[in-house]
Amino acid sequence: MSAALINLSYLMASALFIFGLKGLSHPRTAVRGNLLGALGMLLAVAVTLLNRRIVSFEVILAGILCGSAVGAVFAVKVPMTAMPQMVALFNGFGGGASVLVAGASLLETISVGTPPSPRFLVAVAATGIVGAVTFWGSLVAFGKLQGLVTENAVVFRGQQAVNAVIGLACVVLGGWLVAVPDDPVRYLALAGVASVLGVLLVIPIGGADMPVVIALLNSYSGLAGAATGFVLDNNVLIIAGSLVGASGIILTKIMCKAMNRSLGNVLFGIGGTVGTAPAASGADIYEGKVKSASPEEVAMVFDAARRAVIVPGYGLAVSQAQHAVRDLSNLLESRGCEVEFAIHPVAGRMPGHMNVLLAEANIPYDKLKEMDEANSGFPQTDVALVIGANDVVNPLARTDPDSPIAGMPILDVDKARTVVVIKRSLSPGFAGIPNPLFAADNTLMLFGDGKKAILELIAALKEF
Amino acid sequence: MEGLIVSLTIFVLAIFVGFEVITKVPPTLHTPLMSGSNAISGITLVGALFSAGHQHTQLTTILGFVAVVFATINVVGGFLVTHRILGMFRKKEDR
Repeated sequence: MSAALINLSYLMASALFIFGLKGLSHPRTAVRGNLLGALGMLLAVAVTLLNRRIVSFEVILAGILCGSAVGAVFAVKVPMTAMPQMVALFNGFGGGASVLVAGASLLETISVGTPPSPRFLVAVAATGIVGAVTFWGSLVAFGKLQGLVTENAVVFRGQQAVNAVIGLACVVLGGWLVAVPDDPVRYLALAGVASVLGVLLVIPIGGADMPVVIALLNSYSGLAGAATGFVLDNNVLIIAGSLVGASGIILTKIMCKAMNRSLGNVLFGIGGTVGTAPAASGADIYEGKVKSASPEEVAMVFDAARRAVIVPGYGLAVSQAQHAVRDLSNLLESRGCEVEFAIHPVAGRMPGHMNVLLAEANIPYDKLKEMDEANSGFPQTDVALVIGANDVVNPLARTDPDSPIAGMPILDVDKARTVVVIKRSLSPGFAGIPNPLFAADNTLMLFGDGKKAILELIAALKEF
Repeated sequence: MEGLIVSLTIFVLAIFVGFEVITKVPPTLHTPLMSGSNAISGITLVGALFSAGHQHTQLTTILGFVAVVFATINVVGGFLVTHRILGMFRKKEDR
């Protein structure tokens, strides 16, 4: 196949990627969009195999078979609650592949004997850095979300200085590689140092900030692909990579906005607020004011309700309560109560996490309301049921300008007639601050595991 | 140098296209958008095929093989899992 035909096919694949992404941004066209993206990938891979540079297919076939088997098993087996770590892991594999491809290209070019161009070497260095940061950053994010390492923010004194030094070392090593390219060991050193940087950049990010870092790593994996495109002088890699890079950046921005924080603050600033938050002040806010209710008492409230809004948080995912919530919602509707779901943009551990869980439980997505729409409905709501959410319903964000979450847009559940909070304990959320909602006059606390509490509530409600 | 400018032009324009195409995506689709775009970033597979199939040295072939495995996991897993997620959204529309 001639080079022109191959490049035309790559152009077609790029167009399919654009149509695919466009489709993925509307519910009606999303399935087709995903298929178009897959078709684009198939086309790109197929014409690549016709390239004369490829002389042997055994290794390729073995690699594709292994990768397809592993990828398919992951994709089919993973429970919806584990989707954030799955996406993190896939991100990482993409970044890792980019590092290896750039390394192999460097080795080939050096051994051929022609002096590599500076532009090639800059691209190799950039791929090495971005790819290794993506790979290791994603593995750490995976470990945190899977519970293999602590999900809390790991911070130590001088962390930012250490990161800055290591970042600088990456740039210096990259420059050295470009200046004196004859020794591939330098690339190994570069990738090694960038790996350390990837780990260090993600360990100080924890819990509720994970959606931001997942979106950012998504962007990095795209940029690593684009950088590989510069290494290989291949336009389809550049285009597909930068599309994904842009998409990840948009999601990152949406997440940051939903927390009223800058990206810099999420990545580097949180360390100061977490450990120092006054844990003791919780006692005087809660003292004698928290009303703990039994499932029967809560059922009584729901029995009289005509409009209920359910606010899911990460706790819903942890206790796998989505199906129980669906049953509760159906039961309430059969009793003539209108039910809606209010979704905060950063609820859960990845963008759209709650939407996927509720969709899995067959809850129609027109019942899922975004923050602004939900907030206009709370004053006319009889019961707001908060399941495993904390900071995103903390009224301090509106009232206390000194609070770490000051100005963060929240769901105004406190404006509902009655608020029921299902939660294990009064322990603070990720922001480390007490939540006056739990002590409010119109709040009932139903302590316990999310799924168990909802099942008890359903049982009690059926008695009426 | 000329080639670099062309590549940079494509890179910058593609980023603009990305921004234009993906702005205003509804939050309902944030997760499938992320997993789907993630699969597209597995385009590195094309580069991995060159490394694995060129048979330059044993080392580059091994690196290429591992890269093909990694990138294929990214591509196949990403598109499949996105399809699975979207299937759950679609069920409701048909009902």
